[in-house]
Amino acid sequence: MSEKKTDEVTGVDTTGHEWDGIRELDNPLPRWWLWTFLACIVWAFGYMIFYPAVPMVSEATPGVLGYSSRGAVHQEIRDARAAQSEMIAKVESLPLAEIRQNADMLQFAINGGRAAYSVNCSQCHGSGAAGSPGYPNLNDDEWIWGGDLEAIATTLRHGIRHPGDDDTRYSEMPAFGRDGILDREQVRAVANRVLALAGQPHDAELAAAGTELYADNCAACHGDAGRGDREQGAPNLADAIWLYGSTEAEIARQIHAPRHGVMPAWGSKLDPVTIKQLTIYVHSLGGGE
Amino acid sequence: MTSKDASVTPGDVARIEVEAVNSRQHRSLYKARESIHPMRVAGTFRRLKWWIMGVLLAIYYVTPWLRWDRGVGMPDQAVLVDLEHRRFFFFFIEIWPQEFYYVAGMLIMAGIGLFLVTSVLGRAWCGYACPQTVWVDLYVHVERWLEGDRNARFRLDKAPWNAAKIRKRFTKYLIWLLIAVATGGAWVFYFADAPTLFVKLFTLEASVIAYVTVGILTATTFVFGGFMREQVCTYMCPWPRIQAAMMDENSLTVTYQDWRGEPRGRHRKSADASLLGDCIDCNQCVAVCPMGIDIRDGQQLECINCALCVDACNTIMARTGGTPDLISYTTLKSYEANADGRPALPLKKTIFRARTLVYATLWSCIGLAMLFVLFTRDRLEINVLRDRNPQYVVLSDGSIRNGYTVKILNMEQQERRVLLQVADLPDALMTVVGQDLWPSRTREFVLDADQVKQLQIYVAVPREAVEPGANSFRFSVSDLTGIEQAHYGAIFRAPEE
Repeated sequence: MSEKKTDEVTGVDTTGHEWDGIRELDNPLPRWWLWTFLACIVWAFGYMIFYPAVPMVSEATPGVLGYSSRGAVHQEIRDARAAQSEMIAKVESLPLAEIRQNADMLQFAINGGRAAYSVNCSQCHGSGAAGSPGYPNLNDDEWIWGGDLEAIATTLRHGIRHPGDDDTRYSEMPAFGRDGILDREQVRAVANRVLALAGQPHDAELAAAGTELYADNCAACHGDAGRGDREQGAPNLADAIWLYGSTEAEIARQIHAPRHGVMPAWGSKLDPVTIKQLTIYVHSLGGGE
Repeated sequence: MTSKDASVTPGDVARIEVEAVNSRQHRSLYKARESIHPMRVAGTFRRLKWWIMGVLLAIYYVTPWLRWDRGVGMPDQAVLVDLEHRRFFFFFIEIWPQEFYYVAGMLIMAGIGLFLVTSVLGRAWCGYACPQTVWVDLYVHVERWLEGDRNARFRLDKAPWNAAKIRKRFTKYLIWLLIAVATGGAWVFYFADAPTLFVKLFTLEASVIAYVTVGILTATTFVFGGFMREQVCTYMCPWPRIQAAMMDENSLTVTYQDWRGEPRGRHRKSADASLLGDCIDCNQCVAVCPMGIDIRDGQQLECINCALCVDACNTIMARTGGTPDLISYTTLKSYEANADGRPALPLKKTIFRARTLVYATLWSCIGLAMLFVLFTRDRLEINVLRDRNPQYVVLSDGSIRNGYTVKILNMEQQERRVLLQVADLPDALMTVVGQDLWPSRTREFVLDADQVKQLQIYVAVPREAVEPGANSFRFSVSDLTGIEQAHYGAIFRAPEE
């Protein structure tokens, strides 16, 4: 089909390959290309010796340098920790209020807190800390257990209704409907009374009927004006923020058989520095007192 | 032909037996490089090249060492590209990253300036100012100083490796290497405080990237200046190709006046000497050419227009009493006119033509616009990024709150006191994270010199005061001690229903 020939124009042999009259000249490889190619081969052997390369049954050959990308990541994390050690020591030793006074410390704590929040807290409270029904919004200025630095830190450390922690925040509202303390109509009346306290549209007749029931059953914890009591963890009923919804049905349901949220006691899971950073982060979200 | 002050007759001029390495006949892409050893030459253009080389090298090596006082806490280096802090300092000018358009403007000016120079002077850049030309010139000079002129260097190339050759070559490479290290070393001084970095480089405390940069530039200088030389211009550089579009028949270019020179010949005493042209075929123009071409082949892409052949030819012409400028800077138009025996256009007319005037006007307009921008540009800026998670927060009293990350840029080299204000949003009150103050409509801040201040700001508005959905308003910041103000249009988002 094809035979080796010498090209008349260049005087170079052809490889014998021909396509539609186009013949391939058998020029030698450019010298620089050849040397680069050979250098790459040498490099490849060196790489195989020094780095993990040849796949074996369970893992690759380790290479004499003992390098692994996982090890490199661990080293980077260790380096980052070491670089932060000075700031971490300061966060550990200083009281929360003083950390907030220093702009650099504040930023460091907020950044660290944001990272810890994303890992540990965002599952319930949401990535933007806006909460959802049953899980409090941490951005607003309503705090069931208090919104100053110490209160937030205590909540974080001991959790809410956390079974294993003796100092955990604990409150329990009676199930007025389910346990037969109030009947169906009375629950509706109290619900309308609560709506009235919150300044929301309500049935005036039912609310009037619920006034005395509220004073007898609810005011002990939530207060006469429904302002709540942080000591007991009794939510403020007179503001615009509702953990379990603000309609009559939702309020009535909560009176009938209240739901009680649980938050883990993070003090046993996270180190004190992280707790401090989380406290300052949550405090900085806009509702801190 | 022989004038009275001629000391040598054309026949006495030593003819160099040489054919240009890159002559028209020899040009081939399929062979190894032949060394070019340009011969020493003296003359107007050689002197000009010395001066330009001296000035350019001085600018390059000295600039990073110039100091410029900018006050406490600011770098005092006149020209500094501060990559770490994202700043560019040029004497009294400071450029922040978002002002990079300014550097783009300078590059456009440099481009148009190159067009202008090329349309008037041809490849003046290549012949005189290009770093490749300057450093090759320097390297060749070192080579000539150590190994002798052209012929001696050819002899040394061919000589067997004896002690003398080894010593000469070693010294040459060592000096080349020192120049290369100084070149790469000077480059990194533009990116850090030069005196500090100078010490650090020697005490091995400088960053790895500094050593790598010095290493790469040392290698390129050494290889490009010592060995690749004219091949960089011919094969690597795009400018020889681009120049064709920049030049026209009125651009000056080194030209051999073949209508005068041909037929060339050296035997002036022979019978048909009267038929010969002015070129005595001494090949001096070929011997001095750093690009290894024969200018008598006509214009060619290898020619960098350094005019050393002009010097060489004029030297011979002066010695033999011939008419000078057989090779000279000439426009194609003048060349044609002269060839046809017509009078050539005066130089003034070839320089001031529509094309060059357009380039010059464009160049000046951009320059003026940049000057105007420089003196009126903002030194106080504000950027606002609205928190999107959550979009808004309902507070216990029913009011709505939005969060913003506000960055205030103090681009002046001194501390400033500014007032931040929420404008066009009735009843809005702001609080700042880290500041335990009552909510207010305005806040005062002290901005550090040449820094960005980042603030986390919450703005709360009563529900009735805003429309559902998006409400437009402004953050404005004003200098309390000056007159400068800056604004940023932001959105306040309220619940939709």
